[in-house]
Amino acid sequence: MTKELIRLKVNGETHELAIAPNKLLLDVLREDLGLTGSKRGCDDSSCGCCTVLIDGMPMLSCVALATSYQDAEITTVEGLARDGELDPVQEAFMSWGGAQCGFCTPGFLMTTHALLEKNPDPTLDQVREALASNICRCTGYTQIYESVLAAAQKIREKRKNEIAISK
Amino acid sequence: MGEMNVIGKRMAMTDARAKVTGLGRYADDLSVPGMLYGRILHSPHPHARIRSVDTLAAEALEGVKAVATGRDAPTPYGILPIGHDERVLALDKARYIGDNVAAVAATSPEIAEEALRLIRVDYEPLPAWFDPLESMKAEENWIHEKRAHNIEKEYHHHFGNVDEGFAQADFVLEDRYYCGEVTHAAMEPHSTLAVWEPNERLTVYSSTQVPFYLHRTLSAVCEMPMSRIRVVKPLVGGGFGGKSEIIPLEVAASVLAKKARRPVKITYTREEVFYAHRGRPITIVDLKLGITKEGRITAAQARIVQDGGAYCGYGPVTVLYSGALLNALYDIPNVKFDGFRVLTNKPACGAMRGHGTVNARFAFESMLDQIAARAGLDPVELRRRNLLKAPCTTPNGLRVTSYGLPECIERVAERSGWAEKRGKLGKGRGIGFACSHYVSGAANPIIRSNMPHTTVNIKIDRDAGITVYSGASEIGQGSDTMHVQIVAEVLGVRPERVNLVAADTELTPVDLGSYSSRVTFMAGNACLNAARNMRAQILGPVARQFDCETDDLEMRDETIVSKNGAGVSMSFDDAVALAMVGEGALVAKGTYAPPEQARGGKFKGAGVGPSPSYSYSAQAVEVKVDRETGQVKVERVVAAHDCGRALNPLTVDGQVQGSVYMGMGQAVQEEMVWREGRLMNPSFLEYRLPTTLETPQIESIIVESIDPEGPFGAKEAGEGSLAAAIPAIANAIYDAVGVRITDVPITPERVLAALRAKEEAEKGGAR
Repeated sequence: MTKELIRLKVNGETHELAIAPNKLLLDVLREDLGLTGSKRGCDDSSCGCCTVLIDGMPMLSCVALATSYQDAEITTVEGLARDGELDPVQEAFMSWGGAQCGFCTPGFLMTTHALLEKNPDPTLDQVREALASNICRCTGYTQIYESVLAAAQKIREKRKNEIAISK
Repeated sequence: MGEMNVIGKRMAMTDARAKVTGLGRYADDLSVPGMLYGRILHSPHPHARIRSVDTLAAEALEGVKAVATGRDAPTPYGILPIGHDERVLALDKARYIGDNVAAVAATSPEIAEEALRLIRVDYEPLPAWFDPLESMKAEENWIHEKRAHNIEKEYHHHFGNVDEGFAQADFVLEDRYYCGEVTHAAMEPHSTLAVWEPNERLTVYSSTQVPFYLHRTLSAVCEMPMSRIRVVKPLVGGGFGGKSEIIPLEVAASVLAKKARRPVKITYTREEVFYAHRGRPITIVDLKLGITKEGRITAAQARIVQDGGAYCGYGPVTVLYSGALLNALYDIPNVKFDGFRVLTNKPACGAMRGHGTVNARFAFESMLDQIAARAGLDPVELRRRNLLKAPCTTPNGLRVTSYGLPECIERVAERSGWAEKRGKLGKGRGIGFACSHYVSGAANPIIRSNMPHTTVNIKIDRDAGITVYSGASEIGQGSDTMHVQIVAEVLGVRPERVNLVAADTELTPVDLGSYSSRVTFMAGNACLNAARNMRAQILGPVARQFDCETDDLEMRDETIVSKNGAGVSMSFDDAVALAMVGEGALVAKGTYAPPEQARGGKFKGAGVGPSPSYSYSAQAVEVKVDRETGQVKVERVVAAHDCGRALNPLTVDGQVQGSVYMGMGQAVQEEMVWREGRLMNPSFLEYRLPTTLETPQIESIIVESIDPEGPFGAKEAGEGSLAAAIPAIANAIYDAVGVRITDVPITPERVLAALRAKEEAEKGGAR
């Protein structure tokens, strides 16, 4: 298949790439950009390990054609930390045991990040609902729930402090 | 033991940052210049003779760099010395749909795929065996010629006298239990990168729980000395036993790399992972149990048939575990076990979390509930009346050194509100209780030897950084963190000072692998010994300088101080510099081998079951059963696990909760569905792992019995809580709606059928 030249903005950087037009976003991230944080865990978009944010929305990069997202802001797990400082969601998954083998973790982090952007004070049931498209085989989810709720609390505190400082 | 600074603290895993940043590398994340993509051709027939394999057209395709068939690697192998019945690529016969027939390495995955389509295989289909009970009656067309009647192994054990035991019983019950096949479903599909090095050596990066067994097997099959092969385990995305034996892609990638003299990577699709399998077999348990009216178990008798699939794998060990661990949970004077491991034309089963013990435990704990109802006893009270008096040795030779089961039972009964809730939760709701246990590593190695099971080295050089070299395999369970904690505790330093090099056959001494929950106990003990040796090397010169005894000194907060506050104070860095005078870099070694008295009896099959220590678990589960749909919803789980000492309570909780979760999946929704050797559900859309929607918060309770031989008293945490989850759910369903389901998974269909049968029976009774 003849390659096409595309522009892709990933984690704030624009890349020019020559790719086959049928190439999946997940493969472009992993193979062309060396961003191997997003994982492939299944054949049929059922595991959530490849979840990335497209304009802030969690989406499965294994069913997205890279060429279709040239105008979008794509964020992968590698783009969560800012200037070496981890995102509260990353911090929480570390300290609360949200990551065991870590293979599903990037997907969970992206979904959680999107959830907490929208709703920084979710109930446990809301967390369970939001994470239902990501599968984890290690944790039994309990420490993931705890991680998400702890991250939410931290985000709320951070926002409160920011408001206090700006006043 | 004084107060501890690192052990017993909730500590984030040392590789957590690599995992949450996405920067950690798993096997499929690796690539090297010139790398080829490998693919494997699988048999479409469940049982067929292979007359010929024509690879000429595939070899002629541009971009194809190597094609391999069975003739390129004819050496048979298998994880057990008694079971070398597999070849990486079939030589004479394909024995299941998915069996490996040929492999290709090409410059792109698409070309490799195309090449597979060009390979012509001439098959002669043979009659195939799918049902284990039918297969074991086979008179011909045996799957392996040497395995008469398709029976891989059978074992017959009798301890005490069950006939006398049943004669003493006031209540005797017999029933049959059926457990469907389940699989590990680790999130990371298996992947291997085999690199043919310019100096004619082979380096293999693989998603494995057993790099050192892989090392041996590659040496045999690739016909290269082990000294020219290096196996490296990168991050592994979960194992649960599914990566604890040699998986065909690991060997195929290596054979192709050697043939092409290029690096070759193979990554399984999820469908291939399902067929590679090695999970928990279909198990049929015929159980008989006797108790007195006081609730003492007098005898237990089990006949267990496991559907092992087409190759031996861990099979004999799996079936032996199902018998051996009928013991060592309760005090049972008379036990009889007949176990059969049967071959069928399906992918080989193997070790899966709770290896061999899970389905037998489901049967046993279900029956305890049934017989308690018969005798009018509270099921928890029945368990209380049959506790072991540890330390003790069971009739089949298992040595129990620490026994936290009584505390597990009491804590769960209390936290769950058992006494207030049983039978009183109202319509469609119920609570169930069950117990389980597991080994902390096998006391006898798979390949018999008198060498230690683990060796750990520690090096400290002029930077005063501590490097620990351990062959133990982190697979997400916290193995790496455990080493760092132990060394930091013994040497009194911050964990950040300790760096771990792990699971690399060139750099690290042998550790047998991450299976049978052996790592904390065995690698942990070796690490502890190495750290103590290092401690002595550092303290000796300090003691001489201050003219005191090393016993007067302690290491903490990065300094060496006098225990009694008498003057000595030296920084860790200075102490290391002092110790290196005339010595250079400090090097220490520690090993672990289970003690002779832990290694069990002498009868045939006695080698499986003995462990230096056993973990214990008790659980209470609340369910809601929908009488209209048969749907079972698990609403609450309280699980207590005796792990000896929780070296890291954060990871112990995670292991216990993960075990319960996996048991819950098997209990209510997971099953591999087979039709004539073809898997009907080789994907996560159809093989339904519980999601967050089905999984409540799991309440874990840590019980610390402080094992006399475990490192700091620790024993296993990663498997023992799985088995109890299944019968606890079955027992809760009985409490909720009064039906006893003896087949798992407990699907809505099975619940509905049981409810209807009960209604019919009650109507009949009323007539």
